[in-house]
Amino acid sequence: MNLLHKRPAMTTVMLVIGLLFLYLPMGVLVVYSFNESQLVTVWAGFSPKWYGELLADRQILSAVWTSLKIAFLAASMAACLGTVAAFVMTRFGRFRGKMVLSSMVTAPLVMPEVITGLSLLLLFVQMAQLIGWPTDRGMATIWIAHTTFCSAYVAVVVAARLREIDRSIEEAAMDLGAPPIKTFFTVTLPVISPALAAGWLLAFTLSLDDLVIASFVSGPGANTLPMVVFSSVRMGVSPKINALATLIILAVSLATLLAWLLMHRHEKKRHLALNHAPGQ
Amino acid sequence: MPPIRAWLKQLTLGRRVVIALPLVWLTLFFLAPFALVLKISLSEAAISIPPYGPLVGYADQTLQIFLNLGNYLFVFSDSLYFAAYWGSIKTALVATLACLLLGYPMAYAMARAPGRWQLILLLLVMLPSWTSFLIRIYAWMGILSNTGLINNSLLWLGVIDTPLQMMNTQLAVIIGIVYAYLPFMVLPLYAHLVRLDTALLEAASDLGSRKFNTFIKVTLPLSVGGILAGCMLVFIPAVGEFVIPELLGGPDTLMIGKVLWEEFFLNRDWPVASALAMVMLLLLLMPIVMFHRYQSRELEQ
Repeated sequence: MNLLHKRPAMTTVMLVIGLLFLYLPMGVLVVYSFNESQLVTVWAGFSPKWYGELLADRQILSAVWTSLKIAFLAASMAACLGTVAAFVMTRFGRFRGKMVLSSMVTAPLVMPEVITGLSLLLLFVQMAQLIGWPTDRGMATIWIAHTTFCSAYVAVVVAARLREIDRSIEEAAMDLGAPPIKTFFTVTLPVISPALAAGWLLAFTLSLDDLVIASFVSGPGANTLPMVVFSSVRMGVSPKINALATLIILAVSLATLLAWLLMHRHEKKRHLALNHAPGQ
Repeated sequence: MPPIRAWLKQLTLGRRVVIALPLVWLTLFFLAPFALVLKISLSEAAISIPPYGPLVGYADQTLQIFLNLGNYLFVFSDSLYFAAYWGSIKTALVATLACLLLGYPMAYAMARAPGRWQLILLLLVMLPSWTSFLIRIYAWMGILSNTGLINNSLLWLGVIDTPLQMMNTQLAVIIGIVYAYLPFMVLPLYAHLVRLDTALLEAASDLGSRKFNTFIKVTLPLSVGGILAGCMLVFIPAVGEFVIPELLGGPDTLMIGKVLWEEFFLNRDWPVASALAMVMLLLLLMPIVMFHRYQSRELEQ
């Protein structure tokens, strides 16, 4: 114990420095979103006016709506595909194509976005030539692209949970005569639902955030939020983007706080249940 | 057929369908496209829609197959591309090392923190990565630019007379990569360090090992998997990074992701962009295989 108490000194300092490094730039964004001046770097007094301008910006609002729609659909499809992939990899033993499947689940996690984006665009162009679809690229092609790389993330999150849980309950259900599908929906799914929710949320944020892949596979019709932000940011700093950043940071922080509260309560309940278990 | 055999047969059919679902989707939308990148990289640029020539032609009763190696020869002969690949690898290496040096102590402190703090710290480290990547890079534009926060503060304090050039430099790109990818380094490191049996450390200390010695001989070897995973999670995507060199980099910070983007969107030279992607993929193949090995081992435990 002695050793454990002495060592953290340096590492704790590094942890604090690391967290400051992560949060100070975001704090600067938030502070300057309330700046009166058009110049982001000169403080000219408090004003919420950039939020008003942000909410009046039709282009940004419609891009937000497009992005939310795509993210919702992509995350939902990725949650299904990813869960199936995770289930197949953890419960099906050996089968032909397992190596290929597991490679295709881990490779998208690290694959540079420019490569994924370019390759998918070439696929869509080729498909349009061969089968006449997609005639124009836009939401549908972005949805497919996002579903593909997001399902890899969902698969990893869900597979980790599937390996943790006690398989004897599933086996018991099947011994009692439940068909595999029924066992999955009534026994396995409820147990992995927190991991599934986490995977869905992760996929949702990844899809909302993607600029590079969407830029490749999108056509002139569909502009997602990152695409609009990127073309604005390229011109230089703008207080409207700071206001948008603040709203995003606020939303993510609230969602994280909520998740933490839920996990905290769950943990507490488990503690209580353990302490009051009969025979203790 | 006896009912049990029919049921088993149905089961294997169901099993096949379930396996096929993710396999077919990922093969079609992840694996197959790479074959197309290879194909387009061997075709000739053309002024048409889409802007490349065919690989197979049929004229005068002869089937012709054109394999144009010109794009690769061009990529290898132009020193710009070599500089871009080299620049990407160098920048990604330095940034990965910086991430590791900052991330390891962070993960260590998190893994040794009291139980109820660990979840909070983990959420705090991950939270930035759930906000917007683009906006987090944008934040550094406001901090590093000539009229940015750092320069303004230093000028105001009288430390410097003329603004320091920090934006559009190599340093800015490295700061951007470290900032964006730090959570992905800390996460696998923490996962490894938290599993580390503290009894081992106590045993080492009881046997008279010094703290530093214990760290080198016990902690470090036991966290090698986490180090490897963290480094791959940072290095591989960083090599192909586009947004960070585009927003924070300058003319002298060539990176291959940005060059590929410009070949594709500005020059509309799809074949050369495809050749660049193929070469990048080849360079990253080893790290990707290493990461895959680690990830499969991790999942099988």
